Amino acid sequence: MGRPRRILTAFALALWLAACGSYAGSEEGAPGGGDSPASEAAAFPVTIEGTNGRVTIDERPERIVSLSPTATEDLFATGAGDQVIAVDELSNFPAEAPVTELSGYEPNVEAIAGYEPDLVVFATEPGDLAASLEGLGITALQLDAAPTLRGAFDQIEQLGLATGHVAEADALVAELRVEVNLLVDGSDPSGLSFYYELDDTFYSATSKTFIGQLFELLGLENIADPAGKGSGGYPQLSAEYIIEADPDLIFLADTKCCGQSPETVAERPGWDEIAAVTDGGVVALDDDVASRWGPRVVDLLSQIAAAADAAEEDAA
Amino acid sequence: MSLRTALRGSRARAFVVGVAVLIAALLAGLLIGPVRIGAANVLRWLVSFGRTPSGMSEQEALILAELRLPRVIVAGLVGASLAASGAAYQAVFRNPLADPYLLGAAAGAGLGATIAVGYGPAGAIDVTVPVAAFVGALVGVGLAYGLGRSNVGGRAATSLVLAGVAVASFLTAVQTFLQQQRSDTLRQVYTWILGRLGTTGWDDVWLALPSVVLAVTTLWVVRRLLDVIEVGDVEAQSLGLNVTRLRLVVVLAASLATAAAVAVAGLIGFVGIIVPHTVRLLVGGSYRSVLPLSVLFGASFLIVVDLLARTVVAPAEIPIGVITALVGAPFFVVVLRRNRRAT
Repeated sequence: MGRPRRILTAFALALWLAACGSYAGSEEGAPGGGDSPASEAAAFPVTIEGTNGRVTIDERPERIVSLSPTATEDLFATGAGDQVIAVDELSNFPAEAPVTELSGYEPNVEAIAGYEPDLVVFATEPGDLAASLEGLGITALQLDAAPTLRGAFDQIEQLGLATGHVAEADALVAELRVEVNLLVDGSDPSGLSFYYELDDTFYSATSKTFIGQLFELLGLENIADPAGKGSGGYPQLSAEYIIEADPDLIFLADTKCCGQSPETVAERPGWDEIAAVTDGGVVALDDDVASRWGPRVVDLLSQIAAAADAAEEDAA
Repeated sequence: MSLRTALRGSRARAFVVGVAVLIAALLAGLLIGPVRIGAANVLRWLVSFGRTPSGMSEQEALILAELRLPRVIVAGLVGASLAASGAAYQAVFRNPLADPYLLGAAAGAGLGATIAVGYGPAGAIDVTVPVAAFVGALVGVGLAYGLGRSNVGGRAATSLVLAGVAVASFLTAVQTFLQQQRSDTLRQVYTWILGRLGTTGWDDVWLALPSVVLAVTTLWVVRRLLDVIEVGDVEAQSLGLNVTRLRLVVVLAASLATAAAVAVAGLIGFVGIIVPHTVRLLVGGSYRSVLPLSVLFGASFLIVVDLLARTVVAPAEIPIGVITALVGAPFFVVVLRRNRRAT
């Protein structure tokens, strides 16, 4: 993913001023330009808008524990990696992140406190994690699953502010926004339909979900939408409905969890007649990337766009 | 109550009614689904033994042959297994609350599935999970039986049940620990536990069929002896019945059926208790009627419940384990109340 990102970065700076176009959300202010990280040290204390309310950080944190794989990716992408001393067991990206046995689902406050962190970032609140940490004098910042792309970018900026990397965070978000705009403008809403698979029992995601919005941005039609009501956005679809809907594309977000692949999909009873299967439109995604809302979401969007383009050329 | 009068007549008549209900359930299961296929077409497809009749699309034929038919058959096999096992357990343990999972079958299967999901090869999960669940269920019951076996006359049944409780708690604890170690697979295990027929294919039919046929036939054959053992171990022994051996045969057969059901459908609660009791309320307590009718009504009940699971919120699905209790509990209460008024 390195090279396309870098090429696009060149575009990013050139296009930034003009890029107030199709993708909303450019009013966040210009990127932090010439500020050097050193000069930002004076910016503390800062106040962050977290899911757990306003969190004040008095000094630049130097011992950060991240219990959220997304936050881990955000922190490393904005240059705060050096300040991170421990990440949870599921934070497998980037490779240099200091993975530990800590769990984000069943956090052990004592084990977390053992790292003597000055900031703990987490996504899901199992009960009273924030309160317990605050009780020990440790600053806790919750950033839960972003509902929109905009929300995901806001979290990157908030983390930049929290760690003293405002300029890097702003530049990253600007770059990501431009990439998104390029992908969205380059896509041709052609009415291609798709089925997004969360696991091998046919759980899917509607356009109301974070992941569903990515497909909607590209003008793709989601076959899970008619099943969405009352499902919280993640309905379990009937196999016969999927076959009847005959999607042009199938995206597998269950390649790691459930070992699914274009081959296993083709072997399912009755699935070999689906357009996506006969025309090579079954796309294996990385479960991790597809379930996080960090910077790599743009790579995901780019993978989806490429698959849609290929399917379209196929149809033409 | 018409069903009741129809069933009360004679044993043969009750059996015929049970078969008719099962055929009706099978047909309904095939005719109705999230994809609309004309009833005439489905019937023509059925009588032409799977060849696509004219006027029906290939896709419709595919949906019937590869999805609906195996799913209806598996629902029937699972329902029959759970209901027959429940009825047999209630007899040999003389406990109206005994269900097929009483001796650790559910906990064993859950542990097996968790191991397969968390530690097995990721690519082969649709094979490893059913097999591991099957083995786990048998291991769970085997442990409970081995540890709880006792020859002290009246205490034998209680001793087995208590061993079952201990084994189930232990296996569940191991499962929870392993799940914790592999929290990335939590969701998959959870989906499995809720029960699944949504991905059923012919593989599942072939996996379950031999065990179910063997086990249900065995229970069917010993159904008269269940009446004797239900009276009491000492009394049954005085009539010349080898109580220990009969209990072993019943536990083996019921566990085999339960293991097969769990392997292809996950944990579906309630069927094993509700169906035999409903049958008892309708036709009286003799296992000569209760067992065959539990098989027939168990199959019919689960086919209908699965039909609801895939049509109520179509094209989405509801986990089948949710509906068995949601539909089963009120139905059972109605039968219970009517019965009380009638007698």
